[in-house]
Amino acid sequence: MSYHRNWQRAWRSPDPKKEYDVVIIGGGGHGLATAYYLATQCGITNVAVLEKGWLGGGNTGRNTTIVRSNYLLDASAGIYEHAVKLWEGLSQELNYNVMFSQRGLLHLAHSVHDMQEIGRRGNAIYLNGIDSEFLTPQQVKEMLPIINLNCRYPVMGGLLQKRGGTARHDAVAWGYARGADAAGVDIIQNCEVTGVRVENNKVIGVDTSRGYIGARKVGSVAAGHSSVIAEMAGFKLPLECYPLQALVSEPVKPIIDCVVMSNGIHVYVSQSDKGELVVGSGSDAYNSYTQRGSFDLIEHTVGPLCELFPLFSRLRMLRQWAGIVDVTVDRSPILSKSPVENLFFNCGWGTGGFKATPGSGHAFAHSIANGEMNHIAAPFSIDRFNSGALIDEGAAAAVAH
Amino acid sequence: MFIINCPYCGERDQTEFTCHGEAHIARPKETENLTDEQWGEYIFFRTNPKGMHYERWVHAHGCRRWFNALRNTATDEIFATYEVGAPKPPAPEKHS
Repeated sequence: MSYHRNWQRAWRSPDPKKEYDVVIIGGGGHGLATAYYLATQCGITNVAVLEKGWLGGGNTGRNTTIVRSNYLLDASAGIYEHAVKLWEGLSQELNYNVMFSQRGLLHLAHSVHDMQEIGRRGNAIYLNGIDSEFLTPQQVKEMLPIINLNCRYPVMGGLLQKRGGTARHDAVAWGYARGADAAGVDIIQNCEVTGVRVENNKVIGVDTSRGYIGARKVGSVAAGHSSVIAEMAGFKLPLECYPLQALVSEPVKPIIDCVVMSNGIHVYVSQSDKGELVVGSGSDAYNSYTQRGSFDLIEHTVGPLCELFPLFSRLRMLRQWAGIVDVTVDRSPILSKSPVENLFFNCGWGTGGFKATPGSGHAFAHSIANGEMNHIAAPFSIDRFNSGALIDEGAAAAVAH
Repeated sequence: MFIINCPYCGERDQTEFTCHGEAHIARPKETENLTDEQWGEYIFFRTNPKGMHYERWVHAHGCRRWFNALRNTATDEIFATYEVGAPKPPAPEKHS
């Protein structure tokens, strides 16, 4: 008996080499997934993941763990459904239990406009071959006996994706990290990128808090700090950063067995395996990197939550936190080449990146390996902000549209 | 959440205001000659700095007037608020 003191390491902690074929900036889920697929599917194992803090300590550890692919537009359906299909086999693939639970995701409609929106989107999703069902208020009540249908925000219907659900956010980072490490990837924590070295408009390496590291290709997967990385390389991105909050309640017995989300009133709630209600709030509408949100937003979240579920009014909230979300104007991500050769960006996931983790990493890895964005990533090029071919995705959460 | 010193009304709670992003972005001249890249740059690309940010605010639930502010986005500390059209105040060299 060692009382959990002598567990073997899940991944090594190597010193950085002088040069790598690919350096990934950012050790969150997306960065680790990119490294994993580079090493296991693209034959590129001389890869480093540089993380300024600890693995999964940014938005990977701060989100509300919701997975879904009920998006309106074809390009979005392409990448988010790609992700859900990978989620469905991820625990087996990684031999690591990511606790992916397809408990169903129920999107509520509270107005005629909401009903028209889910009508259009639900049919678009169905035509893209993704599961999508309309529910009447009575069917919503059967799924959620504790809901109050006739409150200030009357429930007029719902859109259900049964294959949606939740996953264990830390486990996703750890599972990909262990898999990538086993395939030869160097995962280097406490290693902050402080500069991007560019010669003849081509990236040659990065300066870090642990010295210079050469790189033939660099993939930036820095989420909220993507603009900071871009500035080091000498260009701007079409991004602005906002704090996005979440909170959890004290644990209670099982009371909600699906994920409930309501874009119209910014309520996102599910119940963790520990019994806590995990509640997503809205984003502050001013640029900030502070990782703390405003109290008034909590009020705007908890108010409608208690309207929909009156018995939550006596629950105590235990913790509140925020992450920095990098938001594009069309609420769709960026997977793209950049103005600097061999420097690739995967960012702009805004308020809903967690669900895309496997698909994002998979598409980005193949794109980096080939030097060209693959068919899933191609629509999400930075060039769309010049051409005007925006992917104006109304199904993103927690931000006003 | 913080206190903002409206140049017209004085100190008020931030919830009275709405932010409208980066300030001092001039609309390009001779727009009929702009390339797609120049249009994209003007409309969508932003500095989004971690640090000093010149930005536009409107006192939506107060005097409803627009003004600019200089704020550190890493700390939410506001260093200046000033009228639209006034020159940029210099960013403090050392800030917390």
